[in-house]
Amino acid sequence: MSEFAAVARGVTKRFGRTLALDDVGIEIRAGESHALVGRNGAGKSTLVSVLTGMQVPDAGEVSFFGEPAPPVADSAAWRRHVACVYQKSTVVPDLSVAENLFINRQDLGGGLIRWKKLRAEASALLETYDVAVNPDALVSTLTVEQRQLVEIARALSIGSRFVILDEPTAQLDGPAIERLFDRMRSLQDKGVTFLFISHHLQEVYEVCQTVTVYRDARHIVTAPVAEMSKPDLIEAMTGEAGGLNVPSGDDRPSSDETVLAVSSLSGDHFSDITLLATRGEVIGLAGSASSGKHEFAETIYGLRKPSAGAVSVDGSPVRGGDVPAALQAGIGCVPRDRHHQGLVLDLSIAENATMSTAGAFVWPSAQRSAGSNAIDSYDVKAAGPDQPVSDLSGGNQQKVVMARALAGDPSVLVLINPTAGVDVKSKESLLGVVDAQARRGKAAIVVSDELDDLRVCDRVLVLFHGRVVREFGRGWRDQELISAIEGLSSE
Amino acid sequence: MTKAMTPQVAAPAPAEKQKFRLARYQDLALVPVIILLLVIGAVLSPIFLTANNLIAVLTQQSELSLLVLGQAMILIVGKMDLSLESTVGLAPALAVALIIPSSAGGLDVGLAAWLALPLCILIGVAIGGLNGFLILKVGLSGFMVTLGMLTMLRGLQLAITEGKSLIDVPESFLYLGSTTWLGLPAAVWICVVCYAVGIFVLKYLRAGRSLYAIGGNSEAARAAGIRVDRVVWTVLIIGSVLAVIAGILMTGRLGSVAATQGEGMIFQVFAAAVIGGISLQGGKGTLFGALSGVLMLGLVEQILRLQGVSGFYIKASYGAVIILALIVTRFATGQKQE
Repeated sequence: MSEFAAVARGVTKRFGRTLALDDVGIEIRAGESHALVGRNGAGKSTLVSVLTGMQVPDAGEVSFFGEPAPPVADSAAWRRHVACVYQKSTVVPDLSVAENLFINRQDLGGGLIRWKKLRAEASALLETYDVAVNPDALVSTLTVEQRQLVEIARALSIGSRFVILDEPTAQLDGPAIERLFDRMRSLQDKGVTFLFISHHLQEVYEVCQTVTVYRDARHIVTAPVAEMSKPDLIEAMTGEAGGLNVPSGDDRPSSDETVLAVSSLSGDHFSDITLLATRGEVIGLAGSASSGKHEFAETIYGLRKPSAGAVSVDGSPVRGGDVPAALQAGIGCVPRDRHHQGLVLDLSIAENATMSTAGAFVWPSAQRSAGSNAIDSYDVKAAGPDQPVSDLSGGNQQKVVMARALAGDPSVLVLINPTAGVDVKSKESLLGVVDAQARRGKAAIVVSDELDDLRVCDRVLVLFHGRVVREFGRGWRDQELISAIEGLSSE
Repeated sequence: MTKAMTPQVAAPAPAEKQKFRLARYQDLALVPVIILLLVIGAVLSPIFLTANNLIAVLTQQSELSLLVLGQAMILIVGKMDLSLESTVGLAPALAVALIIPSSAGGLDVGLAAWLALPLCILIGVAIGGLNGFLILKVGLSGFMVTLGMLTMLRGLQLAITEGKSLIDVPESFLYLGSTTWLGLPAAVWICVVCYAVGIFVLKYLRAGRSLYAIGGNSEAARAAGIRVDRVVWTVLIIGSVLAVIAGILMTGRLGSVAATQGEGMIFQVFAAAVIGGISLQGGKGTLFGALSGVLMLGLVEQILRLQGVSGFYIKASYGAVIILALIVTRFATGQKQE
């Protein structure tokens, strides 16, 4: 036994011309929650795949509790040492929770599958880890939170005492995140070690004891969380002094010319919302995942059909439920999830960026130069406009989605989770784009849970169960906004 | 709001030297294989490289190539249409049957002979449109709908013709499949034109590029303002019409509509498309690639035929060749086929 649950030393990994990890290491003390932070492309994901045996490093060694890591072919042995809960689900959606918990060992060592016993074992396992899920339920019916807990329980049942959580909070709302953290703390008390990856630095301070920072494929620093201030941490991640530099835009010129008028709009999960946005105004929409804010924004852009009410841009009405009509009217949109709705991953940057605006004829040279323009204007780190977007890191992919939304020079921008899953530097640059576009006279609607995104807004509307319940001008305090989002507001 | 304002800082990137990238030339991956086959054919048989033989290969493949063109577009947009091979038979049979008298196996409707071609095309539009309706509007599985159509259309043809070949085909209907223009069969010209148009549309028209966007990620395509259902529906109809044209050419070449016209072609269609680099998952592949897949299969078939492979073995060898071709393509392009 060693005091370290996992140690990697001198790990180097190359993908073609790209150096993904450059002689890095990490030492994760048994029983602690260790944070791994870094910008997109810093090498976090590659380290995770090396630590979980999905990739063989070109150089370097990995050990668990003092034992050298098993050969890569022996995936069963890896699973006994380490488990990983990815952002993407690794459970089979159409099988029951019980079967997923014991997937590929459903016979429990008996040769034949005895379903009754399997169910009983699953119930016992869920009870041990205090997971309130019916073992007969299909995994596809679970919430993201429940699904993660099932994955964690499965990992622990295999015998692993070291769990990697790769951006577990990205798809959870506030209370669910708190419950996850409580669970992490209690498992930690039972001796489970966590490697925690997140873009939300606040979470690192909340739940971790040690933090390791990677930047540009290299190890920058490892230190106790208590000794790292937030600006220091951001400096280590970006290589530049100073904290998150988001333009607040208090000095943005205001105008009283209305661009976007939404009158008593109702639709899926929201009803009777009226909203006027003037040129240069940025309006934030906050609320929990079930507040209807996403649905409201998607209805403005025509991704959903309204059941009542109207949207107009510059005084002319926009046909509901019709994306081309919305584009024509001058509404641009960054959709909720870039993988699901934002990008065609196999196509090039140029093609993705021009998808909404191409004329009837598409000349490759014109498309390429539009792609190069997008790369320059939005600071996309890429080899060139022909590169498929699947090659890009999350932050750069999101910039391509932003480029697409802005390609037709719309007068209204609808930005849904515009900085989801992107690193600090990309966040700065994306929010900078929002501010700059507002200064050019566009109206923008920013739908987000992240306070940093909302700081760029002139006012923030809080939705609760499909209705606007509070409105904040500039200068709101974090605490009052959060409690309004959670529905605790008492006026 | 002045729409003319460009949102970008208008400073085009310094003209980077385009580096040689293999991915760009993936389209051409089969060209060396085709050349190799020509060489092998020439070595094995003295008549292989003669104009007559090569024209024969092209003519034989012209009908298949039109089906592959349609199927390739349907696959790129992320769907599949198994019923194409039945359309090849049913559309000409029905059109002809509506014209000829019952004494010749017709339906005694007695429409004018010149209507044969337009009628046939219309039947194709109807079949593609019906497939599209069932898949897109009713929300059925495309695979199952077109599998059902495959059987139903073939059965319909048998019912109309009582299993017999239609021999009394109007002259206007036979023309395209039997004539030659500028020394080449009209069928070959038609294929060349269809492929040229297809390649141009899929590369240079927004409508064509939308096929890739839809096949790659239909939700993203929708969010980008592409009318997904409309495009898919159109592609299904175009696919059916191409199958009809293939049927017309085949009828003209053989002089009659056989009850089994087109039967079994769908397997070759898929083989040629996949060999040509079209992904069955949608969003990937080019029509040029698909065309080279067709040519590769045609050359192999002709080599086997000239070698006098016994009729009993030709089917088995053909199947083996398809698998072999897939293996060759797998390594020539370095890509896994999904």
